[in-house]
Amino acid sequence: MAERVRVKDWRPRGFHVRAPWYLRGKTGVIERRLGAFKNPEDLAYHRPAEKIELLRVRFTMRDLWGETAENPDDTLDAEIFAHWLEPAEEGADAA
Amino acid sequence: MPHDHPHPSHDGMSPSGHPYREDQDGPLTHFQALEIAVRELLVEKGHFTPRQIAEAVARMDARTPAVGARVVARAWTDPAFKARLLENGSDAAREMGADIDALQLIAVENTAEVHNVIVCTLCSCYPRTLLGIPPDWYKQRAYRARTVVEPRKVLSEFGLALPDEVTVRVHDSTADMRYIVLPARPEGVEGWSEEALAALVTRDCMIGVAVPRADAPRAEAAE
Repeated sequence: MAERVRVKDWRPRGFHVRAPWYLRGKTGVIERRLGAFKNPEDLAYHRPAEKIELLRVRFTMRDLWGETAENPDDTLDAEIFAHWLEPAEEGADAA
Repeated sequence: MPHDHPHPSHDGMSPSGHPYREDQDGPLTHFQALEIAVRELLVEKGHFTPRQIAEAVARMDARTPAVGARVVARAWTDPAFKARLLENGSDAAREMGADIDALQLIAVENTAEVHNVIVCTLCSCYPRTLLGIPPDWYKQRAYRARTVVEPRKVLSEFGLALPDEVTVRVHDSTADMRYIVLPARPEGVEGWSEEALAALVTRDCMIGVAVPRADAPRAEAAE
């Protein structure tokens, strides 16, 4: 069973954030783990950057746009840093 | 060269009927001024010469999708290489002599059931070492915004109509990975050389907005 995760619905301003707005608050499954990479939110400002685990999360178009999606079973994968993710309960999707 | 200067009698249009592009007479932006200042300082301090900068730009411009096409053609003809490419794209691309820097490459495979397409919604991340400079449309808001919402409609506008039973997988290049689509090998190319196969693999095929066709005019020329 693939591990379900939710992208946090944070709204920080003025940071070099690599979690796109359209994915915030959305639930998907971990597609693969990519290893740890320097946090771009610090790296972009020449601050000491901690390495954070990066994951590829797969969403269905239904997860993102609901049943009216162009094709609800098509998918979208994106790389999301671990501090932007929280565990999601099975069946508790925010559509 | 009649097209190179504005002519008031043409209502702002060139003799060939196109609007003139404005000269860049406006003030420098902050980052343009910063780039010039830093570049001139580095030259002045002897870190590198203007010629070295021009050569570095020429090297970037010289990268073409031919490198990516060779990787795809090898994957089509060598199952062990294909397995390595899908397992670790960076190492496999290096085997083919592609310099992929520190970035990591993920190859995603098109099959009879799955079609992949690459986008970078946040900016314009692109596997430049394999595909060269990205096309303008890849960096524009329309492609970046629409591909994650209505990928099938976007693909149809590129001339690629996918049947409903094929799953579309969109890959948003949001962080440290770069992506290349490994297209499905077209029918009717058994026995072709790697070089002839590579000629079928266009840039658009490796972004995922097209698929290679053995009956394309390019293919006949390549065989």
